Amino acid sequence: MSVNGRVSGSNGRLSSSKMKSWKGNESLHVSNSSTTCRWKLFLFWVFGVVFIGSVWFIFSSFNSKHLSNESACEKSTETLLQRYNVSRKQLHALVSLFSGSDQILSNCIDERRLQMLLSSGIINTPPQSVCPKNHELQKERRYVAEFIEQCPILDDFVHTRLGLSFPWKTYVTLDSPLLSNWLNVLFCGKVLLGPYWNYTINLSSLVKGCCWVLIGIILFHKLCGFCLLRKSQKQKKVVKKHPAAQQKRIQHSMHGHSKASGRWRKKLLVIFLLFGIFGSGCLFWYMSSDIAQRRVEMLATMCDERARMLQDQFNVSMNHVHALAILVSTFHHGKHPSAVDQNIFGKYTESSAFERPLTSGVAYALKVLHSDRVHFEKQHGWTIKNMEAENEALVQDCIPENLDPAPIQDEYAPVIFAQETVSHIVSIDMMSGKEDRENILRARASGKGVLTSPFKLLKSNHLGVVLTFAVYNSELPPDATPDQRIEATAGYLGASYDVPSLVDKLLHQLASKQTIVVNVYDTTNASAPITMYGTDVIDTGLLHISGLDFGDPLRKHEMHCRFKHRPRLPWTPIYVSVGVFAITFLLGHIFHAAINQIAKVEDDYRQMRELLVRAEAADVAKSQFLATVSHEIRTPMNGVLGMLQMLMDTDLDDSQMDFAQTAHTSGKDLISVINEVLYQAKIEAGKLELETVAFHPQAILDEVLSLFSEKANEKGIELAVYASNQVPQVVIGDPKRFRQIIANLVGNSLKFTHDKGHVFVSIHLAKEVKNPLDITDAVLREGLMNQDISERTCNNTLSGFPVGNRWKSWENFKKLKLMDESETIQLLVTVEDTGIGIPTDAQSRIFTPFMQADSSTSRTYGGTGIGLSISKCLVDLMGGEIGFVSEPKIGSTFSFTGNFRKGETKSLDEKWQQKYNPFVSEFRCLKALVIDRRKIRAAVTRYHLQRLGMSVDVNSSLQAACFCLSDTCKSSMSKQLAMILIDKDSWDNECSILYAIKKQRQNGIKEDTLNFPKIFLLANDLSHSERNELKSAGIIDDILMKPLWLSVLIQYYREKVFKLENLLIQKRILVVDDNAVNRKVAEGVLRKYGAVVTCVDGGKAALKMLKPPHNFDACFMDLQMPEMDGFEVTRQIRYMENEVNEKITGGEALAEMFGNVSYWHIPILAMTADVTQSSNEECKKCGMDDYVSKPFEEDQLYMAVTRVFNFGS
Amino acid sequence: MLGFGADLLWADMNRLLAFLFHQGVLDEQFLQLQQLQDHTSPNFVSEVVNIYFHESEKLLNNLRSLLMEREFSDYKKIEIHLNQFIGSSSSIGAKRVTSVCIAFRAASEQDNRAGCLRALEMLEHEYCYLKNKLHELFQIEQQRALAAGVRYPMQHQ
Repeated sequence: MSVNGRVSGSNGRLSSSKMKSWKGNESLHVSNSSTTCRWKLFLFWVFGVVFIGSVWFIFSSFNSKHLSNESACEKSTETLLQRYNVSRKQLHALVSLFSGSDQILSNCIDERRLQMLLSSGIINTPPQSVCPKNHELQKERRYVAEFIEQCPILDDFVHTRLGLSFPWKTYVTLDSPLLSNWLNVLFCGKVLLGPYWNYTINLSSLVKGCCWVLIGIILFHKLCGFCLLRKSQKQKKVVKKHPAAQQKRIQHSMHGHSKASGRWRKKLLVIFLLFGIFGSGCLFWYMSSDIAQRRVEMLATMCDERARMLQDQFNVSMNHVHALAILVSTFHHGKHPSAVDQNIFGKYTESSAFERPLTSGVAYALKVLHSDRVHFEKQHGWTIKNMEAENEALVQDCIPENLDPAPIQDEYAPVIFAQETVSHIVSIDMMSGKEDRENILRARASGKGVLTSPFKLLKSNHLGVVLTFAVYNSELPPDATPDQRIEATAGYLGASYDVPSLVDKLLHQLASKQTIVVNVYDTTNASAPITMYGTDVIDTGLLHISGLDFGDPLRKHEMHCRFKHRPRLPWTPIYVSVGVFAITFLLGHIFHAAINQIAKVEDDYRQMRELLVRAEAADVAKSQFLATVSHEIRTPMNGVLGMLQMLMDTDLDDSQMDFAQTAHTSGKDLISVINEVLYQAKIEAGKLELETVAFHPQAILDEVLSLFSEKANEKGIELAVYASNQVPQVVIGDPKRFRQIIANLVGNSLKFTHDKGHVFVSIHLAKEVKNPLDITDAVLREGLMNQDISERTCNNTLSGFPVGNRWKSWENFKKLKLMDESETIQLLVTVEDTGIGIPTDAQSRIFTPFMQADSSTSRTYGGTGIGLSISKCLVDLMGGEIGFVSEPKIGSTFSFTGNFRKGETKSLDEKWQQKYNPFVSEFRCLKALVIDRRKIRAAVTRYHLQRLGMSVDVNSSLQAACFCLSDTCKSSMSKQLAMILIDKDSWDNECSILYAIKKQRQNGIKEDTLNFPKIFLLANDLSHSERNELKSAGIIDDILMKPLWLSVLIQYYREKVFKLENLLIQKRILVVDDNAVNRKVAEGVLRKYGAVVTCVDGGKAALKMLKPPHNFDACFMDLQMPEMDGFEVTRQIRYMENEVNEKITGGEALAEMFGNVSYWHIPILAMTADVTQSSNEECKKCGMDDYVSKPFEEDQLYMAVTRVFNFGS
Repeated sequence: MLGFGADLLWADMNRLLAFLFHQGVLDEQFLQLQQLQDHTSPNFVSEVVNIYFHESEKLLNNLRSLLMEREFSDYKKIEIHLNQFIGSSSSIGAKRVTSVCIAFRAASEQDNRAGCLRALEMLEHEYCYLKNKLHELFQIEQQRALAAGVRYPMQHQ
């Protein structure tokens, strides 16, 4: 079975490949490190693909070869059938002769053909035969020839063939479960056997098999990947557990492992190459042997075919001769007188010569006993002549008359009839030739045709044989003994065969006569075969011998076939195997290169790891060094500074003082630098921990602003802060670090911004910027609009100078989009400046410690360049990110995020409220109008005013605001609009309008001037003279200096708008205190605020003074007084007042009597040294209005007085 | 060299003040007191301090006589005196005197006569020290005022 043969061959290859793949897997499993694994997976992939490719290639080549084989088979069968048809014609001629066996034969043929079809259809081919059909055909052909009369045997054969086919089939079916077992056992094997399996079953489903292979490989890959993932995770865990201890070990193991895997790969490659070479060798051997086998088979087929045909033809002729013998016996011996004479015989034989194309002549010799010789000779009129003594008698062109009369013998066999062609042998005694005599004797004894050994025929000089049949004169039983036969012999019919012409003719009929050389031998004498046909033998390698059976059991003939030419070199297998070899080598080369690359990369990686470890160690060492050295410097430095401080306290002259101060400042700078370095080292060592304290982010901004406002004013830079209204009042985090980061950034911005532009700090919630389309915040919106470069020059920045695009500064933040927890608040702080910007090439390293944009920077601006690095570390600690956008000459915008927790608003509020709330409540109902061209600046102003609790309107110009302003005035709602804030920029445009309005107001309703909204000018920096000038114009009430922040505003309003003077001026106040010092101090304080103070030293005096009617506006009373303490005095005063009030309300006394006051209630403020809750309550209980601490604190005093007077009025 | 002496005196005064602050003798209340001094009341501080000295000496005498009594029992009176003392001291910002007074008060609350006596001694000592220093300060201020007032420089002693 050619197919199976091939497949088994390829199976061997497959199993080897499978083995290889398993090896690959092993190496894969062995691998540990993920990189090598990846490489191995890749390698495995490549291997897999190569194997599939090669398997595909081989199978497809086999397939095509198989197909071509099949087609070749078909071709040959076709030709054979043609030949067979040819021979069938001859068979039919036979049939016409033996009409009796006709029917049976045809049946036999039909059955054979049927069987043939069956066998070809069901079983492909038995193993080890290329084209079995031919073989079978040939065999059966022989069967047919042999068992023409015994057809049942053929039937048996058919049965056996069919029976044979069943075991084969079961073998095939047994084979398949075996295969499927394999499939189940070996996963990879399945994959690789798939094609084989499919090939066995159905070649067309090879594609499906390949798909399976791919799926298998993918699954395997995934599986491996999963395994590896788990392994690496485990490893990671392990590493996490003991990072330091394990690192070295892992490195070591990795090192060892990579080497081992490298060796594995090398081995694998070598194996692969060996397999490639071996495979190509096998392929070559297999294909060439296949070709040789086919050649042998072809030769055998052709030879057998020729032999069979020759035999057939000969047999046919023999039968004819036999028939002739019967004819002679019938008509010559069976009739008296004989119906046959020489003439008739000659004519008949001549005319029926076509039936015996191979015989050169037929002759009949009569058996003549010596006793009858004379009679016979007389009867025929000639003497019996002897053949030549020599064997060459027949060969020579002899004339019978010249021959001698036969010597006296027992028996003669003179030829009486002869075909015309051999009429010269009439009267020659056949018994005289040795060969002929033997022949005749054998023929009559056996009763069958007998052949002579080849000899040279008379005349034709060709080699020939003589066939002799005995003719019996009586009916013989089939089991007659030879003696009986001899007895019954009447004569002998001989026919001479011209063998070379016979063979020539035969060969002529067949195709491809050129390719083979045929020799026919008589091998009766095995030691000295006689060549019957054929030329000299040239050894061309292959020889096929087919036996020839000419019907004479004593004579043996053989046909030797040879190819005319030696086989050519098998180019196809050479090409294929060389191709496979080349492919293998190429793949090997590729793999080798890959392996080398892998090894190199692994080596590099290892080196990198080592370098990394060393670098990290160096970094740690550096940090430690810095920390140590900084500390060591700091200690003596403190001494230096202290000594300098003391030196400055001593008596120094000017220049000495100057030197000392310089030294002190320098020392302080040095200390601050060292502190920064220490701080950085501390962060890097991971020793810094964040606090979790509730704080106000807005307050942090204010602090930063107050810290830098002076510096900003000096440089003429506008400094502003802004917090979005979504930023909560209280968050929990580390306020110090938060402030530090902002201060760092602002400090940098101020440092690198020269005398123009602004520095602008803003806080937003990170989620505010998530969706750019959904922005409500004014600052962010302006920033968004600012993206367009062409709009840069417009007025939508704080100072009108172009700035970097803040949106870009947080573009790269990854966590920005992730944060969405309700508990966590992510604040986004942006610091924007209009400074010199950061050069593009330096932007990548600005967060590196000690790295400033360029070395000239530190010369020009000073600083260590550590600030941003610290900021970055702090931001990282806060779980945030820091980023920036910077354009040289335009400015930088830094952004960072920080994660904080939501704080309870209460937690901080007490302190906050204590400090600011009174003022905030003061401003709560007030309304302000901000007029500013720049929206951002207006937003900043509004933010600050809103923090005070005001409601704020913003308008870009007064013109537009004018209408609503006048409107409010007209409807006497002016009280609501408490103030107008105008930016200095807008001032020049607006002042005329404002002036006009103001004038109008003043002229119109003079008494209402107080109620007219106060007008403030917002200015950044103004000289004193300018200020006075503006004030003197009388339009504005005052000038507010920027930067604004809460405490500044409060301070400002307290001083300028609601200051104590305003409250206390011209108020008559009674101070009651027994302590002269306290009295004096209180008097001094109150007088300073413009109050008219009267002092008394005791409760009684106070009662006397405060007996209505009196003209005091308030009373400050000490609580602890001898004789009568403050509580008692207050109670008595209230009692008195109540009496008077009752009188007035009861109509007993007129209000005129008590100073035209309808209700008496003098505000009494306690003065106490211990401001505790209990004393506070006691104060309230006994009718006091409020209390102030003693000694006075201005804020508290102010608050108390405000409350009291508001209440009073 | 106009105003040179005044400047020097100003520096002297500041130094003295800084020293007193440093020692904790005075606190910022004294500065507030100084701020109350303006054109309308040029001698406000010295006035207040003089009243304080006057009052304090009275109180100290009272305290001493109270503590020196053979059958001493009136701690209440001592406390009243001390409260007065504390009030006035804290008003002028005499920090150390105030704290000694508080200690004194605590001792008197515990009826600790020995402690009271010790505290009284300390109080007297502190008071004397304060008085001396303040006198020194006022002297310098006077000189400064004089120096600022004259047109020609004056060598300071």
